[in-house]
Amino acid sequence: MMELLQTLQLLGQDLLGAAWMPVWTVIKIMLIVLPIMGTVAYLTLMERKVLGFMQIRPGPNRVGYWGLLQPVADGIKLLTKEFIIPNGSNKFLFVAAPVLALTPALAAWAVIPFDDGMTLANVNAGMLYLIAMTSLGVYGIIIAGWASNSKYAFLGALRSAAQIVSYELAMGFALVCVLLAAQSMNFGDIVRGQSHGNGMLGWYWIPLFPMFIVYFLAGVAETNRAPFDLAEDESAIVAGFHTEYSGMGFAIFFLAEYANMILIAALTSVMFLGGWLPPFDIAPLNQIPGLIWMIGKMSVMLFIFLWFRATFPRYRYDQLMRLGWKVFIPLTLIWVVVVAAWMQTPYWLW
Amino acid sequence: MSFETILFYLFAAVTVFAALRVITARNPLHAVLFLVLAFVSSAGIWLLLEAEFLAITLVLVYVGAVMVLFLFVVMMLDINLEQLRKGFWQWLPVGALLAALIVVQMVWVLGDNSNTNGLTAIKHAADYSNTKELGRLIYTDYVYPFELAAVLLLVAMVAAIALTFRRRRDVKAQDISKQVSVRREDRVRLVTTPAVMKQQSDERRVTDRRNAD
Repeated sequence: MMELLQTLQLLGQDLLGAAWMPVWTVIKIMLIVLPIMGTVAYLTLMERKVLGFMQIRPGPNRVGYWGLLQPVADGIKLLTKEFIIPNGSNKFLFVAAPVLALTPALAAWAVIPFDDGMTLANVNAGMLYLIAMTSLGVYGIIIAGWASNSKYAFLGALRSAAQIVSYELAMGFALVCVLLAAQSMNFGDIVRGQSHGNGMLGWYWIPLFPMFIVYFLAGVAETNRAPFDLAEDESAIVAGFHTEYSGMGFAIFFLAEYANMILIAALTSVMFLGGWLPPFDIAPLNQIPGLIWMIGKMSVMLFIFLWFRATFPRYRYDQLMRLGWKVFIPLTLIWVVVVAAWMQTPYWLW
Repeated sequence: MSFETILFYLFAAVTVFAALRVITARNPLHAVLFLVLAFVSSAGIWLLLEAEFLAITLVLVYVGAVMVLFLFVVMMLDINLEQLRKGFWQWLPVGALLAALIVVQMVWVLGDNSNTNGLTAIKHAADYSNTKELGRLIYTDYVYPFELAAVLLLVAMVAAIALTFRRRRDVKAQDISKQVSVRREDRVRLVTTPAVMKQQSDERRVTDRRNAD
């Protein structure tokens, strides 16, 4: 595999010279983005299947065997539908909003390590970059809500803005705990920092268990997923910020939401569940490639996303704010101090 | 011209354009969005200076949090553009004077590059962590100024909360701790109602139900 890559590199350098570097980067970007798009498509099928099974019904099963072509059919439907721009809307911003929602959701993937050394940009400030990118996603939602010139969309946008700004703080503090434990902001080093213990006992989910929970729940809130999907509360404000979007505009918001879900799943796996590391460092398990472990951990976290949606009723808005400000932020602040103090004692085993 | 120089001029041009549009845009929301663009492109310039911590923090704090709240407020305001434009010519001389003063000061401070002439910044190795160095400096050499700044911010925060926080007595707020401490027994009561025969008279049915209650 490595030899093949090297011959490919050499061939490319011979062929294109200095232009090979950007071309190779674009190829790598494609290798990340295209599977994400495919995963998003099939995550929607998985979501409907899982919800179906949890509600004792088969889920989509008409298009293709076991409904496997359903995402393709949905894609064709959304592509061929008319993109309606409402009267009195701000046309430029109305079209730009879905793009603004999708771009940070995909840009954040640049620093995620899929396997040892398998990352697009191995930067030292990876975690900072990631927080910055995820905090930009809210613009798409606010601008969509405002540009639509619709009351429901505007209400959804305001709810979403307040929600994301609130939960970002708890998320940031949870990341500070990981940063303390790993003593690095490079995601590759964070995973390598979890390899010292005995398999899964060395991962950060044990010393940072409250942060693991807070981070994942804040991630659910950041991605506007049930039970925190107040921004698109269909029983109260139609479809929230994307009420006025049809066709591809709606599809791009959908893509952004699911890409963000997969991103949160990937980050939770990298920071708390040992990324590409096998759960036990014994013979058959550590022969499996790290990429498979990473994908497996991400799949488990994604299943939990869907499980939440099937299980919990939607939060009321004041409950959501209370959870963010009065539970998560104090808890994370305390845990930062606990971890910092713990690391000074000999009882820090990670 | 190297690639970095081209990037610098690109970012600089975008920053200047966006900053100009902030003050010339008719729609206040567009002005806020141009301010966001100005922040992002100046973060790009900082990245070119290898100040990645500052650049990302600028995006994170200003673009990701402060400007979101700005947008939030501007969207909710009912701004009358006519009224805003009314005093333009009257206040123009004052504004122009201030702007000129700032330009003179900036040229004075930044224009004198005699001591940096001919020097170029040394590029750091790839494993050099700007963030780590900054943290080390802040918590060793500059720990007192840093703590002082933190206390200042805390005071400002307490003051802002004290100014805006008021407890209204005429609203009925829900007491969440009471809500979550409710047990099933407080709300649900199971009653056994005996099966009622069809031939029973209506009168007896009523008394039965009363007994059950």
